[in-house]
Amino acid sequence: MSFVSRGFRGRRRESEGDATRIPPGQYLTDDYPVLSAGPTPHTPLDRWDFSIVGELDEPRRWSWEEFRALPSEEVTVDIHCVTKWSKLDTVWQGVSVDTLLDGLDTAAEYVVQYSDGGYTTNLPLEDVTGGKAWVVFDYDGEPLEAEHGGPARMLVPHLYFWKSAKWVRGLRLTAADEPGFWEVNGYHNYGDPWQEQRYWGD
Amino acid sequence: MAGAAVLGRLTWRIAEVVDIVDETPRVKTIAFDVPDWPGHRAGQHVDVRLTAEDGYQAQRSYSIASAAGGTRVELTVERLDDGEVSPYLTDELRPGDRIELRGPVGGYFVWEPSQGGPLLLVAGGSGVVPLMAMLRARDAAGSDAETRLLFSSRGWDDVIYRDELERLHGDGLRIVHTLTRSQPPGWTGYARRLDAHMLAEVGPSPTETPHVYACGPTPFVEAAARALVELGHEPHSVKTERFGPTGG
Repeated sequence: MSFVSRGFRGRRRESEGDATRIPPGQYLTDDYPVLSAGPTPHTPLDRWDFSIVGELDEPRRWSWEEFRALPSEEVTVDIHCVTKWSKLDTVWQGVSVDTLLDGLDTAAEYVVQYSDGGYTTNLPLEDVTGGKAWVVFDYDGEPLEAEHGGPARMLVPHLYFWKSAKWVRGLRLTAADEPGFWEVNGYHNYGDPWQEQRYWGD
Repeated sequence: MAGAAVLGRLTWRIAEVVDIVDETPRVKTIAFDVPDWPGHRAGQHVDVRLTAEDGYQAQRSYSIASAAGGTRVELTVERLDDGEVSPYLTDELRPGDRIELRGPVGGYFVWEPSQGGPLLLVAGGSGVVPLMAMLRARDAAGSDAETRLLFSSRGWDDVIYRDELERLHGDGLRIVHTLTRSQPPGWTGYARRLDAHMLAEVGPSPTETPHVYACGPTPFVEAAARALVELGHEPHSVKTERFGPTGG
């Protein structure tokens, strides 16, 4: 290492946990910081629905009750925010995206998550299938609070957390890749924390 | 300029400390000289990277406090007692020391004088930093955009940039303080937490469709954003930036 910051030792909380679970440039936190670009939306459950739209023959739509009647599972995962914090062993309850897309025939290769408040984020479709993504409604055994994305948010834990849209209302299947909110505002199009893909060009 | 600056990979640059200013007992501004700095827009941030002798590294993000201009980049850092990076920046750094830095980052929570006003800036504590960059950019451009800053601090001695804000006041810029915990003798200003009534009094009204920027701790920004929407501001016109209890 050629460059040294004089007198910096660091706290190295990573050594208390499992260092192999902390991506480069991240630090562990026990808190749950919030990052949002605008006001927190508060959509009543009787006006909430979840949809699959775009490149498919028949759009799919679930009311809150229908959505909650779908089979769900508990997932325990590590999450990594591009603002540098990582949190280990977070526990969520939600519906696998595989369940939402079950039996669906599409030529789409990409997906855009879209949310109340106008937030969007884009991914290759293969990054939300095969047990890699969920629409979650409980965090740590409690209903997800609005400021953390409730009533439901996406959970795509293998990518930086901005790829897990809060207040998600649906998935739009697309033939072409359509960069989302942060992706057009300087952040990496894919966002793999292990490759440290934070910003454009990383 | 800044648009082109973020197209390539943001490389780590060596930044040398040239000046350190005490803003409040807990907050310092550290001015760096960053050769080849590409410029930035008000509201953007940088990543800071520290490296220990054994190669251990820590990174954090900090808002840029200064308006763009040459190779000088100023960061204003609040010391978090249990932080890993901020106590190093505020307590250890001396002029001549060097750190690594890359940026500028972020294309959303930004304001440029060409966007005009009216502008409503809502700051909680060190959340004033990116908003100060906007006020400095406005001043440097000679902009007369109608601007209000509503600034919540704990006490008078905790008001970051207090003297400079007093100098900037005027020319279409109105600065309103609220002091939530203690007030100096004779204080006639607001002395409570920010609320919808206060935001309505400070204005501008939603009918004037101001650009609104709110920055501060998460509970402050949540309360401010909710009150602004209740007052009738379009959610899309309210841009927020929040920082949690950890931040280094």
